[in-house]
Amino acid sequence: MTVIIIIVIVIIIAIVLLYNHLVGLNIRCKNAWAGIDNQLKRRYDLIPNLVEVTKGYASHERETLIEVVKARNDEGTLSQRALESEKVSKNVKDLLAVAEQYPDLKANELFKNLQIELTGTEDKIAFARQFYNDSVQKYNTAIMSFPNNILAKIMNYKEKDYFEVKENEKENVKVDLK
Amino acid sequence: MILEEVRKNKVKTVAIIAFFITFVTLCIYFLSLLIFDSVYIAVIFGLTFSIISALVSYYNSDQMILSINNARPATREENLQLNVTLETLCIATGLPKPKLYIMETDAMNAFATGRNPENSVICVTRGLLNSLDKYEMEGVLAHELSHIKNYDILVSTIAIVMVGFVTIIADMASRSLFYRRSNSENNNANAIVMIIGLIFLIISPIFASLLQLAISRNREYLADSSAVEITRNKEGLINALKKIDTLSKPMPEVNKATATIFFSNPYKKQEKDSIWSTHPSTANRIKKLENIK
Repeated sequence: MTVIIIIVIVIIIAIVLLYNHLVGLNIRCKNAWAGIDNQLKRRYDLIPNLVEVTKGYASHERETLIEVVKARNDEGTLSQRALESEKVSKNVKDLLAVAEQYPDLKANELFKNLQIELTGTEDKIAFARQFYNDSVQKYNTAIMSFPNNILAKIMNYKEKDYFEVKENEKENVKVDLK
Repeated sequence: MILEEVRKNKVKTVAIIAFFITFVTLCIYFLSLLIFDSVYIAVIFGLTFSIISALVSYYNSDQMILSINNARPATREENLQLNVTLETLCIATGLPKPKLYIMETDAMNAFATGRNPENSVICVTRGLLNSLDKYEMEGVLAHELSHIKNYDILVSTIAIVMVGFVTIIADMASRSLFYRRSNSENNNANAIVMIIGLIFLIISPIFASLLQLAISRNREYLADSSAVEITRNKEGLINALKKIDTLSKPMPEVNKATATIFFSNPYKKQEKDSIWSTHPSTANRIKKLENIK
């Protein structure tokens, strides 16, 4: 009798530990995602300033950036958002690079600060993305391995997407450019 | 791995604090025994003083170290690049952003202090800020952040402040011993007490410096490799070390007790490691960094 009770208690403790482990991983992914989201928002807030400061310079690059930002999409799959984020990144970098050619703009205090903030935000997005993808990898591995997979099914925990551009969507971009 | 380091450092801190309380209690005990000739007063004096000073140094040690080194806050407006770089690294490590301070000196150095990641400080010198580029600064800041993450800052900060206390107390005690000797009535018990007290006073500075040595050295190698893990760019840190080694001047104004927490040895260049060195030599650090991957 006591043996059965002990076995039941051990099983219950094991389930509780597994459950807490999975919940912890899930929360970590959510926090990591919030980290990316914050930085993406921060960048969108900074871009109008960049557009304003570079008024009169690099008109072509400015207009492309304005177009890309107008097409901003806060919904959509992670892969789509990653793709969009990469586009914005590229355009911001292009505009900053072109602006570098104008000495009076380069000396502008406002532009200098924006440049630091925007390059910093790009770095932050990269690090936040790395942190998120690492967290998702741990989470995905955990919910797919035995015996977590049974528990995950009961808890309705599904596999999460990475924040990266999927291969097939990358090809779509190339077609678009042609 | 990291959790193991954190646990070890917390145990070390408790040990240092316990040692400190015992030691200070004993010192004050002998001191008050000499002055008041009463065991009760001596015990009460010793315990109160040591516990209060332990509490004060636990909560204020970072501020004490900052003020010893004349550091002032680096605001986001004045030092945008530095702040942004640190924020980026904090996102990479998942740590809260430490407060940033600047020391106005041409020498190139940095240190971190505080009792936990939520109450931490990173301080860089003006010379470092002026000479390093973004990637080199990233390497140095990541090194300091690793000290924060590993709780190295807790051990070293507490040790520095407590060792400082011990030195002050030893100094006070030796003065009062000399004062007492001039008007003592030749009492046997009193003489024994004085001898024991004297022994404590002699070993205290020796013990203090050994304690400091035990804390640093190997922590630096660990922080270097963790820094590369964070930035994924070892060139930044290697170049920073090289620049500091060739360009930096010594900082004679640095208080001797706080030397161990600096990024590189504030007094002189170091050719090779020995048991008496507080910092590993730059050449060895670079060699170890180059061996990564």
